[in-house]
Amino acid sequence: MADNIKIEIVTPERYVISESAQIVMAPGTLGEFGVLPGHTPFLTSLEIGKVRYKDAGGHERIVFVSGGFAEALPDKVTILAESAERMEEIDYERAKAAYERARERLESRKENVDYARAQAAFYRAAARIKITDSGGTLH
Amino acid sequence: MASLKEVKSKINGVKKTKQITRAMNMVASSKLRGAQAAMTAFHPYAEKFAEVLGNIAGRTGDETSPLLVAREEVKNIHVVLLTSDRGLCGGFNTKLIETAEEFIQDKIKTGIDISFTNFGKKGRDWCRKEKLTRVDEYLGVVGGKFGFNVASAAAQKLINGFLDEEYDEVHIVFSRFLSMASQPPVVQQLLPVPVTEAAGKIQEEEKEEKKGYMPEHICEPSPEELLNAMLPRNVAIQLYNALLETSTSEHASRMRAMDNATKACDDMIESLTLAYNKARQQAITMELMDIVGGAEALRG
Repeated sequence: MADNIKIEIVTPERYVISESAQIVMAPGTLGEFGVLPGHTPFLTSLEIGKVRYKDAGGHERIVFVSGGFAEALPDKVTILAESAERMEEIDYERAKAAYERARERLESRKENVDYARAQAAFYRAAARIKITDSGGTLH
Repeated sequence: MASLKEVKSKINGVKKTKQITRAMNMVASSKLRGAQAAMTAFHPYAEKFAEVLGNIAGRTGDETSPLLVAREEVKNIHVVLLTSDRGLCGGFNTKLIETAEEFIQDKIKTGIDISFTNFGKKGRDWCRKEKLTRVDEYLGVVGGKFGFNVASAAAQKLINGFLDEEYDEVHIVFSRFLSMASQPPVVQQLLPVPVTEAAGKIQEEEKEEKKGYMPEHICEPSPEELLNAMLPRNVAIQLYNALLETSTSEHASRMRAMDNATKACDDMIESLTLAYNKARQQAITMELMDIVGGAEALRG
């Protein structure tokens, strides 16, 4: 099908992406899902992970999202995330540092550690690192 | 009449003050641009979120989330007070604090316990002075650069407090940014999430349905679970929005205050210069009189 679907990734701070795509894949809470043009209206929460899409030129693009929500409509996918970055924008060093910090916190088992927060930070950092390490390949 | 020297040094002093107020005005106006840009950047997210939330809220009952249910007996009210860290911004903080004071007065009379979370030094100082219970304080947020994570962490704390029944209601006092000229302080209920808000959105949704918009969304997981995931984030969004609006208001307020101060300096310089010239004139006249008097005496 020649039709494209519009993909928008929005965070509270900025528009991360607003362009057209051939297919969009996103990490839903109940499993990864793909959206093609003409998808039925669909609403889901997202896990921390990567959104992949094929842009109009057929190039594979990867975007990190820190969980959130996605709404798919026949002609448009909107992703609301608290933070999101294109693969090229990920600050690898920062992610590494955050990863170590979160791991230390999780391992310290101290009383004053906010476990849930540390774990979320850990997952976010791990996902960012994984995306960068994969270098844009699909796995 | 003040001596020439005195007037002159006063003029210089006022000129220095004017330089400072003008610089502050310019700093505030550049910060205002930044704050306004952040507000604009946030709009698409907030709007989309509200739309999606309204969509789900319309399909689930009120009792789906504990965050929606109003407590029968309200014994503890928590107030989030947003003010600036720094002064020199006109009546900005005074207005916010007055609003908070008015809000809690009746409640205290009926024996409700009030506690505070402060964003900004001015509000904290006031709570301290009035010996009000303070739970949390965040400094260096309002008026500065901050990310959504600040709001979401703070919102999580509020939600935990609400769920643990430490508070029965959470309200927020902040400054709404309507325009450059108008930033009224407002009180808004954060928790339980007001039903009217949800109702308003349902109406909007109905409008959309009339347009023959589209079939109902498939939800994954169920609408109830989605709603439960979205409501806490909605609190963070409201808080973030309030922070953005208050920051913008602060800068607008400071800009106006400094503009007025600069104008006042101009007026003062003008009247002082007038006084200076008068004094100078008088001194010259006196000297002339002296010389003429002396010459007359010699000739005589």
